[in-house]
Amino acid sequence: MLNQLISSLTDGLLLGFVYGVAAMGLTLIWGVMTVINLAHGPVIALGMFGTYLLFTHLGVNPYLGLVAVAVFGLLLGFVIYGAAVHRVINAPHLSSLLATFAVNMIIIGLGTAIFSTSPQNIDFPLGSLEAGFLTLPVSRLLATVGAILVTAALYLFLYFTRMGKAIRAVANNRRAAELMGIPSSLVLALSFGLGTMLAAVAGGLIATFFPFTILSGGPYELKSFVICVLGGLGHPLGALLGGLMLGGLEGLIPTFMPVSWVPVVEFGLFVLVLLFRPSGLLGAK
Amino acid sequence: MKRLGLCLIGLAVVGVLFAVLMQPAAAAEAKTKTVVIGFTASQTGKLNVEAIRQINGLNLWMEQVNAAGGVKLSDGTVVKFAAKFYDDESKKERVQELYTKLISTDKADFLISPYSSGLTDAAAVIAQQYNKIMITAGAASDSTYKKGYTLIYQAYTPASRYLTGAVDLLAKMEPKAKKIAIVNEKDKFSTDVVNELKSYAEKKGYQVVLFEGYDTGATDFAPFINKIPADVDAVMGGGHFADTSTFAKQLFEKGVKAKMVALLVAPPEPKFAELGDAAYGVIGASQWQPEAKYSPEAAKKAGVEWFGITVEDFDKTYKTKFKEEPSYHSAGGYVAGLLLENAIKKAGSTETAQVKKVLDDMNLMTFYGHVKFDTTPKAHGLQLGHDMVYTQWQKKGKLVNQVVWPEAAQTAKAILYFPR
Amino acid sequence: MKFWRQPGFWLPLAIVLVWGAAVLVLRQDTTRETASTLMMSVALASSLNILLGYTGYVSFGHIVFFGLGGYTGFYLLSEHGWPLYFAAVAGGLLSSLIALLVGLAVLRLRGAYFALATIGINEAARAFVSNFSPFGGATGLFVNFSAYEKYGGAGQALWTTFIYLWVTTMVVLVVSFLVKHSRFGLGLLAIREDEDAAMVMGVQAPRAKTITYVISAFFPGIVGTLYFFKNGNVEPGDAFQLHMSIEMLVMVMLGGMGTVLGPMAGAVAYQGLRGYLLTSPIFKELHLAVAGLLLLLIILFVPAGAVGWVRSRFRSLRTVLE
Repeated sequence: MLNQLISSLTDGLLLGFVYGVAAMGLTLIWGVMTVINLAHGPVIALGMFGTYLLFTHLGVNPYLGLVAVAVFGLLLGFVIYGAAVHRVINAPHLSSLLATFAVNMIIIGLGTAIFSTSPQNIDFPLGSLEAGFLTLPVSRLLATVGAILVTAALYLFLYFTRMGKAIRAVANNRRAAELMGIPSSLVLALSFGLGTMLAAVAGGLIATFFPFTILSGGPYELKSFVICVLGGLGHPLGALLGGLMLGGLEGLIPTFMPVSWVPVVEFGLFVLVLLFRPSGLLGAK
Repeated sequence: MKRLGLCLIGLAVVGVLFAVLMQPAAAAEAKTKTVVIGFTASQTGKLNVEAIRQINGLNLWMEQVNAAGGVKLSDGTVVKFAAKFYDDESKKERVQELYTKLISTDKADFLISPYSSGLTDAAAVIAQQYNKIMITAGAASDSTYKKGYTLIYQAYTPASRYLTGAVDLLAKMEPKAKKIAIVNEKDKFSTDVVNELKSYAEKKGYQVVLFEGYDTGATDFAPFINKIPADVDAVMGGGHFADTSTFAKQLFEKGVKAKMVALLVAPPEPKFAELGDAAYGVIGASQWQPEAKYSPEAAKKAGVEWFGITVEDFDKTYKTKFKEEPSYHSAGGYVAGLLLENAIKKAGSTETAQVKKVLDDMNLMTFYGHVKFDTTPKAHGLQLGHDMVYTQWQKKGKLVNQVVWPEAAQTAKAILYFPR
Repeated sequence: MKFWRQPGFWLPLAIVLVWGAAVLVLRQDTTRETASTLMMSVALASSLNILLGYTGYVSFGHIVFFGLGGYTGFYLLSEHGWPLYFAAVAGGLLSSLIALLVGLAVLRLRGAYFALATIGINEAARAFVSNFSPFGGATGLFVNFSAYEKYGGAGQALWTTFIYLWVTTMVVLVVSFLVKHSRFGLGLLAIREDEDAAMVMGVQAPRAKTITYVISAFFPGIVGTLYFFKNGNVEPGDAFQLHMSIEMLVMVMLGGMGTVLGPMAGAVAYQGLRGYLLTSPIFKELHLAVAGLLLLLIILFVPAGAVGWVRSRFRSLRTVLE
């Protein structure tokens, strides 16, 4: 029983890191511009496809391909921001929700037309690592390492570069930042791009060990909502912690009850947190 | 206003002339009739691997029956078949919209089911509501036939008989085995399979140590695999191709040490071999294999009527046309058409009531096996005559699928999944 | 204000009345099927509009009422043999009850938080029903085909279901109009514009929002039961589809939120477009992308929707186009 618990918890936490990266993208966008990016899911799916296509058509190692996927995610973010979000950034929330949702529909629609909804797989077997009674697939370990590296890179960027500080300034108080000479539109576009970049990278990581379709982003988008609310909307560190929490829960709950109850607990928790502590664990913006 | 009136009259005249001139010429000697066979296929979506095999089989049948001159009815009319189909994208709501369209707009005379019990269930309601016969292939769930339908006929062996043979095989392979873990997809088909599997296994003295289901479309099986006790003897279950393949892959990655792994739908498919090492030793339940021993001679010995193509010819013509090995999904698609052909031929008519009568009385041997339908009101249309065989991937240099059970159909003895 | 004197009241009602009558007279299965899909969309979109259009609260998971109410109604009629009409109303009442309970808690949230919460509720409901054995768990419920005999056979049952749907659609439109043109409705519109100011002016916002939520949940429950009865079965995957919720949203925005005619126009336009795209070989794959593009253009350039835009441009039509 204890072995099973440790095994499940480990699996859950490994996955939780990757969930965290995805959620960080969502929470960053919220923190900077108070927009909930409902195109988050499809961007994750595009990240999955990006890694897959680079691997199958160009033979690029999936892990190295993530760099290209990250750049793609960044550029995609600029495009989405410019096309859909910029005009409605100061409008009531409903507008930005619906605008990003419209982008979601467009990406899914185009994706379905181009890729169909048949499942795809990245065939890059790396075997498993035996550590005592634990058997850990290497692909999941590498994904966790990737997630940690990305988080570290994000922090270095936000706290030690000029642009990163500008982003934090705009997140803090957009008006004041503008008064100080920070080009807020550019910063907003960049933040959005960073957010989608994180989503795409998370997608690429997930694609290395799970099959996927253009619709696979949906469940991860829902998990990202739960994680962001748990950790506090606007706090990247909160998102990472939230991701670990969720992964841990997903690992622990099945030990005590049928696996199919996990979503009930997940979403029940989500609604409860929204009702009683909407600012999350670390406090929201 | 007057001009408008004149225009309208002019149009009406032209319309009438057109209609008159377009009357078909008087019928020539032998009348031909086209019977429209309507169906949807999951050309895209998560069921596409199996569904494409099924329509390949059906299209092969249609091509062959039309090439052989079609079917002659009792009044001398020659019937040729035409297919009308749509992509249902593996989605239930599309199935219901599309079958309604096939019946009302496209005027389909007979229907073939989509692939999978879930989609077929949705289509069956529509077929029965509009009084059309539907032959189902790729739809093994027993529950569909217990809903009071009278026009739905099942070609596949029912789900309840899918994995019970695996328990018998386990007893033979490893008499000391005691514990079975069951993990299945939570759809009608797999649920029917494992419910029957559980009661059969428990009746035979086995302990079912895990009995859980995963949602359709699940990709992470680690929570389930973690719950499998380390000393389990057999892991059984699965669902459809996509999820079962992922499950098999993750079972291998996590180093599960079961003596038998028996899964649904995916292992008998040639594509399963792409999993490489993860596929080795995996047992599958199959409706039909190319090594099957059904033949006109065997039929004669059993005192049952034979109809249609032989196993060798089916294998050969399918391989030639589609450049791939046929799987049991292909055979199912082919035989669905074949049964309809036989029924129309024997009835001498394409009237639903008459064809239904033949189907109810059918007792036939084909390349696919023995076919006989249940006609009791409680389970009308359920397949009674057909049996399953079990396959296993074994390494003979490169992975080869062997038939390992029942012994009468064996091409190789079963091997243990672990140790390898 | 005598509502029965206003042309804006009669126009949507008359359209649906004539349309349904035409379908019944023609007695063709294909027209009935198309009309059923359209009327269902109109009813759902109008129900959502009662919440979204009048109070400004965006419910992304409104389909949960369709699912829960539909499941309950279907359960009553398939397991307990209730007549369709009573089962459907019972389904609607259950949806309203859930809306009351959930609303008391969730309507305290504003804006994006409320929207997220509604998504969470929809997913939780789906996962719960998937595990709930009286509702058939993951494999759902079905009616034995002989159940249709009670309605004179399957063919007749389908027509009866259509008639109920037709009547329900008309009732929703009436209720939508009455809400909008009552004092109660005025309070809702005030909440939509500025909730805090409305409360300062004496509008009892929490109570008003909850009542609205309850009303908006009732009709999807009825429609759900009718839809599942027509299909003969229901599974968790069919009843809680997030994308159906989104389609409701698109239809309301397209036609014009906050109007009575808007959701109807939006529903017809959307379904018409979807129907065309799905059967056209070029666009078949792209229908979702086209719908998304349409929604984006509306949000960016015509947020008031079609009817809203017409009303602002042609002031004289205001009394007619409500």
